[in-house]
Amino acid sequence: MSKMTITEKILARAGGKASVKPGDLVNAKIDMIMCHDVTTPPAISMLKEHGIDKVFDREKIAVTPDHFQPAKDIKSAELHKRLDTWAREKDITYYYPIGKAGVCHALLPEQGHIRPGEVIIGGDSHTCTYGAFGAFSTGIGSTDLAAAIATGVLWFKIPASMKFVLNGKLRPGVYSKDVILEVIRRIGTDGALYRAMEFVGPALKTMSMEARMTITNMAIEAGGKNGIIGFDDITKDYLSGRLKGKTEYTVFESDADAEYFSTDEIDCSRLEPMVAFPHLPSNGKTIGECAGLAMDQSYIGSCTNGRIEDLRVAAQILKGREVAIRTIVVPATPVIWKQAMDEGLFDVFYAAGCVVSAPTCGACLGGFMGILAEGEKCVSTTNRNFVGRMGHPKSEVYLASPATAAASAVEGKLADPRKYI
Amino acid sequence: MAKAHVYKRDHVNTDEIIPARYLNTDDTAELAKHCMEDLDGGFVKKCRPGDIIVCGDDFGCGSSREHAVWSIQGAKVGAVIAHSFARIFYRNCINCGFYPIEMPDAVNKINDGDELEIDYKNGTINNKTQKKTLKFNALPDFALAIVHDGGLLEHIKNQK
Ligand code: SF4
Repeated sequence: MSKMTITEKILARAGGKASVKPGDLVNAKIDMIMCHDVTTPPAISMLKEHGIDKVFDREKIAVTPDHFQPAKDIKSAELHKRLDTWAREKDITYYYPIGKAGVCHALLPEQGHIRPGEVIIGGDSHTCTYGAFGAFSTGIGSTDLAAAIATGVLWFKIPASMKFVLNGKLRPGVYSKDVILEVIRRIGTDGALYRAMEFVGPALKTMSMEARMTITNMAIEAGGKNGIIGFDDITKDYLSGRLKGKTEYTVFESDADAEYFSTDEIDCSRLEPMVAFPHLPSNGKTIGECAGLAMDQSYIGSCTNGRIEDLRVAAQILKGREVAIRTIVVPATPVIWKQAMDEGLFDVFYAAGCVVSAPTCGACLGGFMGILAEGEKCVSTTNRNFVGRMGHPKSEVYLASPATAAASAVEGKLADPRKYI
Repeated sequence: MAKAHVYKRDHVNTDEIIPARYLNTDDTAELAKHCMEDLDGGFVKKCRPGDIIVCGDDFGCGSSREHAVWSIQGAKVGAVIAHSFARIFYRNCINCGFYPIEMPDAVNKINDGDELEIDYKNGTINNKTQKKTLKFNALPDFALAIVHDGGLLEHIKNQK
């Protein structure tokens, strides 16, 4: 039997095959589906139109409004109403309405819905985040979502895998966000088109699950079908006592002699804080090359960097200082929000002159709660800096780590966080 | 007469095709009004039913919003020809019964305003303006079957 990568093994298992190779097609059984307020309501309508009333398994679906929640206007309120009505009617086990709702890719792992070895899909491109748990996880559109909700099965072409070996150890002030921005800078926004991005190497051993999720979250920004990191003790500890429903899972690992499309090595000990310039996540520069560029807003949040660790890092820098520009902090889930409050981080943000919002995607996608005007520049901990992403088509987004966003907030211009750590 | 609208651009993303500020609805007619808005604000005005968008690499990258495909279908765009497509957009096209036409070097073989005729059966494009026949990469059979049925959900129903 030919040797396989972790991605190939998971898809082979889900497709009921002993072995697969890149290019093969499988009809994979889906273990978990993520549904949110933008792409799920249309899927629900499609199912209705086609007279399909069935939900394949109400325990394998997690639903949360996040993009425009709390509803930003009448139209989004209608979307939420459709989502809510459906989730209640179908008695979806894991429905997180407002109060429990959070940014989907932070919420599902936190609430224990992501298990290693499983196939997880979601109506959102950053569904690749869950690969940090040794799962195959990818984003799809509304029609695929509708089909998966009804049948629990979707076709996949087995992607070839690219291996990224993360060597060394990150220096203080440098984070996993800087690692993934460097990877995307090297290979480009379509450098991993249709392929799996597998991250391995000693640097991962010093990264928490939160930090790892920041890496897999951005696999799609290199065009990847999925990002994946193998299971280890850090994964195990995170999952222990957290999983909802089924608590057992199967761990897969890549065979030592599995075939890869390519192998890249990154020496993490040499990395510096990175900033991706408009309008592509691949336009990375080291902070040394760009410090001093004036900003209008700093945004700390999203499924990439709105977790408790991120807020702690930002607070560490903002403590006892004042921000020079509009600074918006968005804890990604209610649990993170409460934790940040209990740890006194809100006091730090308040004293520094930041505004803290409820969990929402909000401004990350140019929805609301921090939209940019014409010509404005925002240093942001999000994952995408396309034209118009956070507001006016002539506004600009600079992607960076929470530390860099916080340091830049203090100076009002792109700043090296290492001076503050 | 299908006219080509050529954008010599790679990585045209879904935020340019349909900006997120319009995602608070999934109404196709509404989405169609803003098709390609952040790439070319005048697109909807000049696009006639059946007209064709021509682009470089990685068309449709970014968000998984199928709204991008719906806005293109809603604006009555006849086809999109690109050197390559981003994965989720490509899949969404097939699922919506919209044939994504992959053709290397398209932006150099087709000029803005050229009149095109697509022969899906033979996998060719007749560039009437330049009097040339161009070949494109045909969809794999399983995807073709979905497109023929008019989309994934119709396909699933037909299989039952
Ligand atoms: S936080 Fe931003 S990138 Fe993440 S799911 Fe929400 S809109 Fe998408």
